[in-house]
Amino acid sequence: MSAAAKPKVDKDAPAILKKVDPAPWKEEPLVLNRRSLHWVTEKICGIVEAKTPTWWWWCFITALCVASFTGIGLAYLVSTGVGVWGNNNPVNWGWAIVNFVFWIGIGHAGTLISAVLCLLKQKWRTSINRASEAMTVFAVLCAGIFPLFHVGRIWFAWWLFPLPNSNAIWPQFRSPLEWDVFAVSTYATVSILFWYMGMIPDLAVIRDRAKQTWRKYFYGFLAMGWRNANNHWRNFEMAYLLLAGLSTPLVLSVHTIVSFDFAVANLPGWHTTIFPPYFVAGAIFSGFGMVLTLLLPLRAVFGLHDLITQKHIDNMCKITLATGSLVGYAYAMEFFIAWYGANSYEGFAFVNRAFGNYWWAYWTMVSCNVICPQLFWFKKIRENTPLVWIIAIFVNVGMWFERFVIANTTLSRDFLPSSWGYYSPTVVDIFTFAGTFGFFSVLFLLFLRFLPLMPMAEVKSVMPAADPHGGKH
Amino acid sequence: MDIKYGVSATFNSAKDLYDAAGKVREEGYSNWECYTPMPVHGLDAQMGVGRSHVPRFTLAGGVTGFFLGILLVWYMNSFDYPLIVGGKPYFSPIFPFPVYYELTILFAAFGTLFGMFFLNGLPRHNHPVFEHPNFVRTGDDKFMIVIEVEDPKFDDDETQEFLKDLGGKSVTMIREPID
Repeated sequence: MSAAAKPKVDKDAPAILKKVDPAPWKEEPLVLNRRSLHWVTEKICGIVEAKTPTWWWWCFITALCVASFTGIGLAYLVSTGVGVWGNNNPVNWGWAIVNFVFWIGIGHAGTLISAVLCLLKQKWRTSINRASEAMTVFAVLCAGIFPLFHVGRIWFAWWLFPLPNSNAIWPQFRSPLEWDVFAVSTYATVSILFWYMGMIPDLAVIRDRAKQTWRKYFYGFLAMGWRNANNHWRNFEMAYLLLAGLSTPLVLSVHTIVSFDFAVANLPGWHTTIFPPYFVAGAIFSGFGMVLTLLLPLRAVFGLHDLITQKHIDNMCKITLATGSLVGYAYAMEFFIAWYGANSYEGFAFVNRAFGNYWWAYWTMVSCNVICPQLFWFKKIRENTPLVWIIAIFVNVGMWFERFVIANTTLSRDFLPSSWGYYSPTVVDIFTFAGTFGFFSVLFLLFLRFLPLMPMAEVKSVMPAADPHGGKH
Repeated sequence: MDIKYGVSATFNSAKDLYDAAGKVREEGYSNWECYTPMPVHGLDAQMGVGRSHVPRFTLAGGVTGFFLGILLVWYMNSFDYPLIVGGKPYFSPIFPFPVYYELTILFAAFGTLFGMFFLNGLPRHNHPVFEHPNFVRTGDDKFMIVIEVEDPKFDDDETQEFLKDLGGKSVTMIREPID
């Protein structure tokens, strides 16, 4: 179908047409330069099969060093005591919970891309979904560290799980913190299942191409005997669709329950009904920031420009813009309700948030989350890849500050001025958090090295060569 | 020694395979399979196979998870060690709803994955079709039809001729070595 085809005006045509042809719609191809199926296989398998590049080793060693900050920080915390963190009355949540919400939010974009966009039949998702799902899994692992150590006496962390403690008492299920245990562990498990299942056909391709024995065993084991048969694909596609359908309500519930951790408490600034949708929008926003942060360098390093095209970047920028605007709306609505609700504590909490002791955090958050993404309205900016990357970094920073603002402004200024305080992180806090970026990078680099970065079968299925009807449906 | 597994024919495009698959079905073969590098849209109907049964496993998993969640909360907070929290009833189906919700999804997801494995006969250590010299290309860019020896209509020469007539390239007999 050519875009240039104009509707012909026929003088003898009846006033009412028997059949209306839809206007020609020029669709950008999802894989550019008319690449063949074989090219896709070579490109993606090539990344895994090639000799380990030098830059990979440099990045890996650096990431390992940074990750050791978390290891050392946690070892010091456990061996010395909870006092090494900055948490104290009245701010008992501090960085640990901020970091937990930050990392778990990052994960949400991966699930959105793999599940929600799958249900909405957004074919462009195929080339970015594997890396985003990997991001989800690793971000959830980073998130899990914080509440685990925040319990203080880590050796009692198993009390969170439905097991009787030493006095034969079970966990109590009225607490959102207990729901969170279920939500986050389910989210981690289902994300791993979904990620792994999607990878099976690609692992089978790498297995069949493998030359070295260890590769044959490693990928052979992971591929579980997959053999590209139509019967396999039939069940696989159904299972994929079902997992997408299950992950969608799951991802919404996870950040909803995370927001319950705050919203169920009777504290001004936390006890609001807007929290669940606001947290979910923020999570997706931050996650897309992270997807862009990760994928743009990957695209450049591995030369994936034909697979991650300008269309992909455009779409991701637009989702960032949409969710960023939702977040901005939520900030405004919180203020409006604080005023409209006429509750003096609530009103104080919000005025204090913007102009009180943490005003600098609040305005960092607003500039990064509300103002920055508005630049994505402009096509020129969406097409400037380095600039997109920088804005994505700002989004990450802004979303970390959002959680910092929510947790700390409320806790540091509660009902009694006599108990007011000011929270500052300690060096241990800062290094423990910085180390999680290293931990995340270690996992992500291992993923790049050993697992297929893109779902080859899915990318192929949206290429014209996979269409048995030759473009006519 | 080896035994015959089936005859394979390779096709270069999804369209060729799709058309050929329709003819294999019309010819009345029943034990045959298509091997493709990606799911081919509409091939199920063309091969005359129905909808996948994975949803049954998902449903079973989901229902199990939901009731397990209710049982878990009731047993722990109301039966085995009743916990008084805020003077409220020990058990109500409402307050721990997030727990059932998450367990429903968790078990449904396991049901889906293991259901897919079960229906596909996976994990499986080996399969005769892996003996095909060019099997690796079916995961890459080639499309293959294999008609098995088990098929009641199978005949060494006729089936090979039939696949050649359909436009299949490099028609080969797949043999499974046994020692």
